[in-house]
Amino acid sequence: MSTHAHAPGHAASGQHHTPVPKVRTLVAVWAALIVFTFLTSWVSEIELGEWNIVVALLIALTKASLVAWIFMGVRYSTTLTRLFCVAGLVWLMILVLLTYSDYSTRGWTYQAAPWSTNKSAGSSLK
Amino acid sequence: MATEETHYLNATHGWKSWLLTTDHKRIAMLYLISITLMFFVGGTMAVLFRINLLQPEGIFSAETYNRLFSMHGIVMVFFFLVPSIPATLANFLIPIMIGAKDLAFPRINLLSWYIYIIGAVFAMFAIIRGGVDTGWTFYAPYSSTYSNSYVLTAAMGVFIAGFSSILTGLNFIVTVHKMRAPGMTWSRLPLFVWANYATGLIQVLGTPVLAITVLLLAFERIAHVGIFDPNIGGDPILFQHLFWFYSHPAVYIMILPGMGVISEIVACFSRKRPFGYNFIAFSSMGIAVLSFVVWGHHMFVTGEAMYTSVAFSFLSFMVAVPSAIKVFNWTATMYKGSVSFDTPMLYAFGFIGLFTIGGLTGLFLAALATDVATHGTYFIVAHFHYVMVGGMVMAFLGGLHFWWPKITGRMYPEAWSKFACMIIFIGFNLTFFPQFILGYLGMPRRYHAYPPEFQALNVLSTAGASILGIGYLIPMIYFAWSIKFGPKASANPWNAAGLEWQIASPPTTFNFDETPTVTEEAYDYDGARYYEPMEEVVG
Amino acid sequence: MLGMWTFLITEVLFFGGMFGAYAVYRNMYPGAFASTSRYMDVVLGGTNTAVLICSSLTMVLAVRAAQLSKRKDLILFLILTMIFGSAFLGVKAFEYHSKWVEHLVPGFGFQYEHAPEYLHPAQLLFFLYFCMTGMHAIHMIVGLGLLTYLLVQAVRNQYNEYYFAPVEMIGLYWHFVDVVWIFLFPLLYLIGQRH
Repeated sequence: MSTHAHAPGHAASGQHHTPVPKVRTLVAVWAALIVFTFLTSWVSEIELGEWNIVVALLIALTKASLVAWIFMGVRYSTTLTRLFCVAGLVWLMILVLLTYSDYSTRGWTYQAAPWSTNKSAGSSLK
Repeated sequence: MATEETHYLNATHGWKSWLLTTDHKRIAMLYLISITLMFFVGGTMAVLFRINLLQPEGIFSAETYNRLFSMHGIVMVFFFLVPSIPATLANFLIPIMIGAKDLAFPRINLLSWYIYIIGAVFAMFAIIRGGVDTGWTFYAPYSSTYSNSYVLTAAMGVFIAGFSSILTGLNFIVTVHKMRAPGMTWSRLPLFVWANYATGLIQVLGTPVLAITVLLLAFERIAHVGIFDPNIGGDPILFQHLFWFYSHPAVYIMILPGMGVISEIVACFSRKRPFGYNFIAFSSMGIAVLSFVVWGHHMFVTGEAMYTSVAFSFLSFMVAVPSAIKVFNWTATMYKGSVSFDTPMLYAFGFIGLFTIGGLTGLFLAALATDVATHGTYFIVAHFHYVMVGGMVMAFLGGLHFWWPKITGRMYPEAWSKFACMIIFIGFNLTFFPQFILGYLGMPRRYHAYPPEFQALNVLSTAGASILGIGYLIPMIYFAWSIKFGPKASANPWNAAGLEWQIASPPTTFNFDETPTVTEEAYDYDGARYYEPMEEVVG
Repeated sequence: MLGMWTFLITEVLFFGGMFGAYAVYRNMYPGAFASTSRYMDVVLGGTNTAVLICSSLTMVLAVRAAQLSKRKDLILFLILTMIFGSAFLGVKAFEYHSKWVEHLVPGFGFQYEHAPEYLHPAQLLFFLYFCMTGMHAIHMIVGLGLLTYLLVQAVRNQYNEYYFAPVEMIGLYWHFVDVVWIFLFPLLYLIGQRH
């Protein structure tokens, strides 16, 4: 099939010349996504304890990154667009992690205790 | 009389030309009327519950009182303060200040107004049917399970109004990125634009979380699924986390545009470029970012984990820094400037003083130990009214006065405006300063009755509120009067710097005949041509 | 385009609230959440994930076709994307129906016979399931509507290499909805072992 290296002229809307992606690349990403889907389902059957969720999220993150980088065109985008992308993720992290930190640290209590059981240590202040 | 010049107000006629307009200036006027109406709705509730607080045992029932303060909060926060400057002054001014003909998405601008109106209709419906008694914070499980009031209706109003806010923010962000005139670099932008850009960022990042929170609340109320109900496994604190994740940045949505206004006013009436332009610009961005990591300070006493509270406390101290930077910079701008005391500057002085008091008392609340003593008392009420009313509303009025000649082509009466400013200042302090004392002495908020020893201070506060109310009415009257009878204003009655002062008052529909090319830095007050004595304003 | 990215950020935060609730409750009730996986059909969920991935491929091919002024290809890929999207919704409807039949819809006679001690937290998970996939489905339906608009415009030959911004923008939206599902699938379907 014929592919153009660059789109002639520029899109009336944007200030950027979006290069035309190669079909090869797109299909390769598609295949990778399908493989990762199988992978995550398969791994979930293996008992890894608390690492199950970590692996699952890592795979999901990889898939999402592929979609964003290739399908959504972030690889060709401006720094500003990438900044907006990252900002959205960072804010999501702030919401989830900081809220989660409340729940995960509720059990961390602090037992106040004297520094020393030596009675004469404090009496010098009187 | 010579033929009337054509400008955005008289370019086209008929209600369709207003209700279907895409001119950002007309949309700003539509918003101005709407939020003013909502301000008086919210203000009426305040008058009513302050009357209730004249008597220690209350005058209305507890039920009624709860509904009054809740609706006051909901209306004032979501339907007045959040849209106030962004939807009116910023909507009007941002395209002009950057040299553009309109915002990036004019039709979305109009859509955002209609969405706001629909949300306001829901809120008014809830009010007319008896209101909500949960407080503007809608805390679960009271709001989700036990309240018998119109929670869903009010929540839907808030949900819908949130989208108006998101669309406004989105519009501003894209506009400032994409529509600046040639030569208008980021470092030449007026600080008002920086402030509203930062506000847009907060609106876009925070408001969606409010939307989902309100939606979850609605599901809980309708289907009792248990997400916030401790009886069936849910956690009411989760509601508070999600709610405050938006609502704390929301208070910065409310104050940042006001700070932008003050930067403009102080520069003009000191005849000086703002001191530390970069610091002020970056502090707006700093506030936008830091505002998102401090929400837990609203939950210190409601069961938040200790270490998380410590982290939030520390971050809350940090977020005060950019605001303080601004205050120092405004003060430094006035130093060795040529300060004049026109009404906008009086409001700016009021802002700087009152916002500082409000902000400093916020530090009391950021500290865990003092927050434990003052949470849920009138200290908090006084704190946020100092920043929101002493700060934001004064900034709004200052901005209205400053840009009134530009917006309407008329001047307001200076003597009356100064008088009103004084009344507002006195009334405000009389209303809210006693509340600091009341809170410190332990009077809890959101109670219709109180121990008799607090009556004197409450009476003072109510007296102040009535003076404040009169103070707000006076500008309404003379602004309305000025539209028809005020002296006509020239393009630049204040001899101010900025693109908006170089076009006609009022502006034509498309602002500029030709796109301007910007060659000078912003706030070029050092040039001798701005050092003339201010001319007579009558054109 | 910047406007669409900004809008997508708002969507991230919108879904983010639900992800936050999920994180909190899963941490609180790990056993109950794990027990719900036996009711989640991984084959259906996995197939749906694959269907959405295919729709993303056809969508990006549609954008590419518009970029190359290939009207016929554009129309073909838009239609394929819509077919995949509808298939997804069809499977979802089937899943919702089977949940309904099994009394797993919170607020409407929720029952949890096989592990009654997990009744309330399981109800939480199922509420989050319906809420998150429901919001996702609503976004898909809106997406289908937007694709219909694109299709009509494409048939009218409105898009070519000089003007294909709407296709690109709606493509971004569609991919975003796919990304949300990429996270929903493991979090809702793959919590615990199913055997």
